[in-house]
Amino acid sequence: MNRATETLRVGIDLVPVAEVAASVEYFGDRYVTRLFTPHEIASCRTADGPARARGDYAVESLAARFAAKEAVVKVLRPIEMQPDWRSIEIHRMTGGWCEIRLSGQAAELAADAGIAELTVSLSHETAVAGAVVVGRCIPRERGEE
Amino acid sequence: MTVDETIRQVLTDHGRLAVSVESLTDDTDLFGAGMTSHASVNVMLALEDAFDFEFSEKMLKKSTFESIASIRSGVLEMTGG
Repeated sequence: MNRATETLRVGIDLVPVAEVAASVEYFGDRYVTRLFTPHEIASCRTADGPARARGDYAVESLAARFAAKEAVVKVLRPIEMQPDWRSIEIHRMTGGWCEIRLSGQAAELAADAGIAELTVSLSHETAVAGAVVVGRCIPRERGEE
Repeated sequence: MTVDETIRQVLTDHGRLAVSVESLTDDTDLFGAGMTSHASVNVMLALEDAFDFEFSEKMLKKSTFESIASIRSGVLEMTGG
């Protein structure tokens, strides 16, 4: 592998925490389950998250995860298809950091773009949550399927 | 309310646009008018509530929500209108 041929893609997104709180309050579990995987939902239950919560959810954590998903989409650069939000999972590791796990449409987009690795950093304050995602792309060899 | 009136009401309530909904034409780019991806999710859910259906997976693309005209097409396709 020639590392000189590798390229990087960066995606960043910010989400107002109040907007996520309003969505949780208005649409309830339907909002949460349409956007987030069971693992993400479990990670954002108030028992595991900050004290500021709406209902059962730590909304800052949900907002940071949505920002990360949008940042991943910016790295994937879909032309038309918008991958299911749940095909991008922000997976919380035991040590507290997060990794990105793709499935379905998002995994297909990553494969098409030659994205070999994604890494993410999440952050949130009281008002705003954000995430940065870096993707390492390895161009396909000529003739490679 | 008509389909268009309902769409405009949903955009007023959930679109978080930088301009008034009254100023939008059928083809105004809603993302260009300030609608974020997160707001578009809220618009999608509110449309499902208003018209009592669930968008199919193939409809869940940015172009479905990029204008009033494209939303109307999506709604009519899902409701058989």
